[in-house]
Amino acid sequence: MPLSEHDLAAIRLTLELASLTTVLLLVVGTPIAWWLARTRSRLKGAIGAVVALPLVLPPTVLGFYLLVTMGPHGPIGQLTQFLGLGTLPFTFAGLVVASVFYSLPFVVQPLQNAFEAIGERPLEVASTLRAGPWDTFFTVVVPLARPGFITAAILGFAHTVGEFGVVLMIGGNIPEKTRTVAVQIFDHVEAMEYAQAHWLAGGMVLFSFLVLFALYSSRRFKAGLS
Amino acid sequence: AEVQVAVAANFTAPMKDIASQFEKDTGHKVITSFGPTGGFYSQIQNGAPFEVFLAADDTTPEKLEKEGGTVAGSRFTYAVGKLVLWSAKPGYVDDQGAVLKKNAFKHLSIANPKTAPYGAAAVQVLAKLGLTEATKSKLVEGASIAQAHQFVATGNAELGFVALSQVYKDGKLTGGSGWNVPGDLYEPIRQDAVILTKGKDNPAAQALVDYLKGPKATEVIKAYGYGLQ
Repeated sequence: MPLSEHDLAAIRLTLELASLTTVLLLVVGTPIAWWLARTRSRLKGAIGAVVALPLVLPPTVLGFYLLVTMGPHGPIGQLTQFLGLGTLPFTFAGLVVASVFYSLPFVVQPLQNAFEAIGERPLEVASTLRAGPWDTFFTVVVPLARPGFITAAILGFAHTVGEFGVVLMIGGNIPEKTRTVAVQIFDHVEAMEYAQAHWLAGGMVLFSFLVLFALYSSRRFKAGLS
Repeated sequence: AEVQVAVAANFTAPMKDIASQFEKDTGHKVITSFGPTGGFYSQIQNGAPFEVFLAADDTTPEKLEKEGGTVAGSRFTYAVGKLVLWSAKPGYVDDQGAVLKKNAFKHLSIANPKTAPYGAAAVQVLAKLGLTEATKSKLVEGASIAQAHQFVATGNAELGFVALSQVYKDGKLTGGSGWNVPGDLYEPIRQDAVILTKGKDNPAAQALVDYLKGPKATEVIKAYGYGLQ
């Protein structure tokens, strides 16, 4: 087995992080995407821009601000300490929070596109049939937007697996808590353990290719991609 | 002439001072890149344009030398790093390091011991004090000594082992509180410099190395809390 115990622990941790983040992102991202798709508010541009920020900001910016705001003197840190939760840097929960910010556009944008593609008509029909808004959402919108949900989940998951800079800046490299595969690869390269680095890095390339291949070769998913 | 230099992150501040004095005194121009020593090693292996390399350790320049990537006989120790247990809070770290034994902190920041010499030194100190097990679950690692310092400076870790040069200027700590770890608790952190093959025929590379050994540079190096060989 070319992968060490530490490598396997890093893989397990990364999968846990990406799974939990994806679930949270679907919960948080769906209402945001729905609002962005439907609203005529003047705030639409501003909120859309805020959601898209992680696409253009380097992870160092996000990592730096998370470290400062979640630290004991920052506003988020003061809140979590007040709630008796301690501070978030160097914890798995901290990585989850950071990943939700970091991968948000990868979930919101496919969902928003899918919601916009549905148009007004099915919703009007549903309401003439006296379906309530929740009923309409779950029985009409969700099935129609299913490809968008699948795309969003896959991209959110894959992007979180590939996260590096933010984890490096707030994680503290703790085995089984914050040492993800990307950080483990960085360590191997820095320590000149190129053989071990190759196994993990090659695995990441293969994983990412397969995910994107599945996404692009399945026609049904295209509805969600812009 | 121009000389391109790769400099270990922990030597950033003194190098900036030395480089500007060197430029004034000699008329040569210095282009500096600051970063992790391991990262520079792989960049140099892959054709990076550096002519002089100021590493954070002595093993990396030695390795390059064995592999034939340096000018023979050019390697020397330009500074000896000192380790300090430091907190951003005044009065938190006492001058005997008893705060470590009390163990009332949540996070102790160190640099990655696998890749950073200051990290390896910190681990040796904990082992010598018999505190390896007691502190194991409290260690957080920065990828470099710069990041280990950042964790402490932002208050996310109450204290950490950092390079004295990061928190020291003109004979005293620039802030917070610290314990200068006695030199017998860790192996000396020799920081070696070499002229790389790319700088073989560049007079500015040789001039910079000579300047680093001279009185003006060594004074700056000492003022930043490094020892000399």
